Amino acid sequence: MSITLNINGMSRQLDVEPELPLLWVLRDKLGLTGTKFGCGIGACGACTVHLDGQPVRSCSLPVELARGKAVTTIEDLGGAHPVQQAWIAAQVPQCGYCQSGMIMAAVALLKAHPAPSDTEIDQGITNLCRCGTYPRIRRAIHAAAGAKVDRDA
Amino acid sequence: MKFSGSRRRFILAGATLGGGLLIGYGLFKPRDFLGDPQLLPLNADEVALSAWLKIAADGTITVAVPRVEMGQGVHTALPMLIAEELDADWTAIKVTQAPIAAVYGNIVGMVDTTPIDEANRGPVGVSMRWAYARLARVLSIQITGGSSSVRDAWLPMRTAGATARLMLLEAAALRWNVKVGELSAHASVITHTGSGRTFKFGELAGEAAKLTPPTQIDFKSSTQYTLLGKAIPRVDIPAKTNGAARFGVDTYRADMLFAAIKASPVFGGVLKSVDEEALRKAPGVVHVVKLDDAVAVIAETTWHAQQALNAAAIEFDGGAYAKRSLAGIFDDYARAMAVGDFFGYEDIGDARSALTKDPVIQAEYRAPLLAHACLEPMNCTVRVDVDGAEIWCGNQAPDLMRMNAAHALSFPQEKVTLHTPYLGGGFGHRPEPSTMLQAIKIAQAVPGRTVKLTWSRAEDLQHDTYRPPALARFKARLDASGNIAAWLHQITSPDGVPATMARWYPQLPLAGPDRTSVDGAAFLAYAIANRRVEHCAVAVDPLPIGVWRSVGHSTNLFFVESFMDELALAAARDPIDFRLRHLTARPRESALLERLREISKWDTALPSGRARGVAFGNAYGSIVGQVAEVSIVGGALRVHRVLCVLDCGRVINPDIVAAQLESGIIFGLTAALYGEVHYDQGRIKQNNFGDYRLLSMADTPEIITHLIDSDAEPGGVGEVGTPAVAPAVANAIAALTGSRLRSLPLRI
Ligand code: FES
Ligand code: FES
Repeated sequence: MSITLNINGMSRQLDVEPELPLLWVLRDKLGLTGTKFGCGIGACGACTVHLDGQPVRSCSLPVELARGKAVTTIEDLGGAHPVQQAWIAAQVPQCGYCQSGMIMAAVALLKAHPAPSDTEIDQGITNLCRCGTYPRIRRAIHAAAGAKVDRDA
Repeated sequence: MKFSGSRRRFILAGATLGGGLLIGYGLFKPRDFLGDPQLLPLNADEVALSAWLKIAADGTITVAVPRVEMGQGVHTALPMLIAEELDADWTAIKVTQAPIAAVYGNIVGMVDTTPIDEANRGPVGVSMRWAYARLARVLSIQITGGSSSVRDAWLPMRTAGATARLMLLEAAALRWNVKVGELSAHASVITHTGSGRTFKFGELAGEAAKLTPPTQIDFKSSTQYTLLGKAIPRVDIPAKTNGAARFGVDTYRADMLFAAIKASPVFGGVLKSVDEEALRKAPGVVHVVKLDDAVAVIAETTWHAQQALNAAAIEFDGGAYAKRSLAGIFDDYARAMAVGDFFGYEDIGDARSALTKDPVIQAEYRAPLLAHACLEPMNCTVRVDVDGAEIWCGNQAPDLMRMNAAHALSFPQEKVTLHTPYLGGGFGHRPEPSTMLQAIKIAQAVPGRTVKLTWSRAEDLQHDTYRPPALARFKARLDASGNIAAWLHQITSPDGVPATMARWYPQLPLAGPDRTSVDGAAFLAYAIANRRVEHCAVAVDPLPIGVWRSVGHSTNLFFVESFMDELALAAARDPIDFRLRHLTARPRESALLERLREISKWDTALPSGRARGVAFGNAYGSIVGQVAEVSIVGGALRVHRVLCVLDCGRVINPDIVAAQLESGIIFGLTAALYGEVHYDQGRIKQNNFGDYRLLSMADTPEIITHLIDSDAEPGGVGEVGTPAVAPAVANAIAALTGSRLRSLPLRI
């Protein structure tokens, strides 16, 4: 099936099966390897991307459901995004493998809750980190929330 | 090989560990710290001053880091050692993964396995460690593990920095025709004190490289440090926030192929049949590769390969091991303990006779099988050409990997190029060559094509090299004043390090006592007049076992520190006081426990329904203590806070140390609360994070870490946070409920 996708603001034409998960389109067809494979069943969140601004686990999203929607991956965040800056300031990543997904989840959380409580962070960040960076993720989200007030990012 | 006891036998055992490899060690020169500068590939404007660093004309200093970055911060901490002694501008430092060469071998990691008390500085201790260091130089394993990176690099990398600094000063002295003593260096600039003239490192590097390295160098005193001890931000972090960091699994070529594999779920099983026709016709499939014990599919995406395998009709023959189970292994353990074929690692006084008098306190403890579950599943990318091969693989031992790859490919080692990108977790799973060996066989089916094999999460959990299950028995007796008069600790488990080494060196018979089996159990800091710690090595074939973050400490510290609390209770003493009474000769350990008492507010009451537990131990040259606060609400256990005090000697980078403690604690808590792999009918049941639960954000307690100021030699950091948390939580549960949990995971 031929499908046109909007990925990070660019239009991409692909010939793929409709049920091929978006994750593998990104990683294996387009070489956008910032989005990670951790479990393949929606359990770990390493593959989190945004679909029209909403966080989705791309390993469990058939590519046809992304048709006509804006797909945003970690590569599109640039590096100067307040969440990324907060991540660097709090020295969050360890091995780093979960962090693309964590950051995408955090950006979405902060959109929904500009100043999230700890409980909202617990509920909003369900991604897994084997290295145990959770305390720093929490700190970075709070810091980014504070920064957002100033910068309105 | 089995030994049963005396100290003299230890020495024999130690000397035989390396077998014939030890022959000829006398021919080796003292460790050449600097190595051959030609090991480093150079750009046109660069020169190398040793195997450890090169300097470009623009002043960029590239440090070759001999250990791999898996989140523990070695790409930052190790260059800090060089930059400090070099007086380099930290912002000019770049990092590269060191090539494969003997100079980068890990000596300390090996010396740590010497089966003797590290506090033994007498002739026996010194000569045994010397023999192990010699063996380490012969083997020269470039392994990252054993919390040894900083400890091993401490001497060579500071030497490389100080040497390069002197060479640069000498080059400046020659140019200006002044004495070296009139020069100073700071932030990559050399200044002539009298005239105020300056040179930048980059301007002199070419001339410095032509000089003979000095034979004598002086290290800075700690008061002169400008980098060491500072929370320098990690160099790898920015790329880990924007998707740019490359892990092995991110290897990508536009024309590459993707593979998945399904191995016999029963360990030791073989492939019986597969409907190759059907598999080949599945969507996206390019090739089907049959291995002795597995089927692999090469396809246009990883998903196509996985889907094809999931739908395929594959039959395996489990053979002799199709009925093996964890319960059976524990039965084997109990039988072996009854026979009593123990190796005594420690035998002070006469524990056995001291334990013939009543009352004797006894307990039995257990630890289950555990998987590593790195978030990046095991994977390897390979391209096999007519006259060589290229391999991309996140791994903890590049030299062993390349050696095994060359052997499998029948190529000389120099024809195999191995790339070691960032590791998405290691924890002891990534010195293992098995995924790479599969990937090589798969890639051989499509010569000239780059193929990436990625394990599914199920493969990753079901074909790990597991933390071995362990069974421990204690007997102890208190004296009239409530101190421990006698202590007997018997542990049964397989020896993990020889099992791991057998996979690296299949042709080499390596055996002998494995010190890691009693890490955290033998050579404790506690003074006990009569004590015996012995280990019974029972094979668990065909279950593959290996090393898991903190290795023996992870199980043994749970046993020891839980039982210490049982004894404190029997002695009617406060758990911290009870421990301190056995630490009067150990000022560092005592100070650490006192600090822990203070920061945990141990002597103040908690709200009702909450309780504290303490645990403490020595590991990898460091001392760690933790207090956990728990409650049980609605039948569910909740860990609220973990306070951790660490004495790791001199701290290189306090923020990296704090991060490693947080990480280690969460890793240990996952194991303490949920960690369990089921082995039954010859296979592992777990297939994803649904049934191998990891701690989540919501489950994570508040963690407070505290580092003791010290200028002792640096200790290990990467694994020391892990072992103490399980006993701290178990002790808190016992304090709360009065019931003692002697088996992991902790189920209330
Ligand atoms: S890979 Fe998608 S949730 Fe784990
Ligand atoms: S940083 Fe390693 S899995 Fe999260």
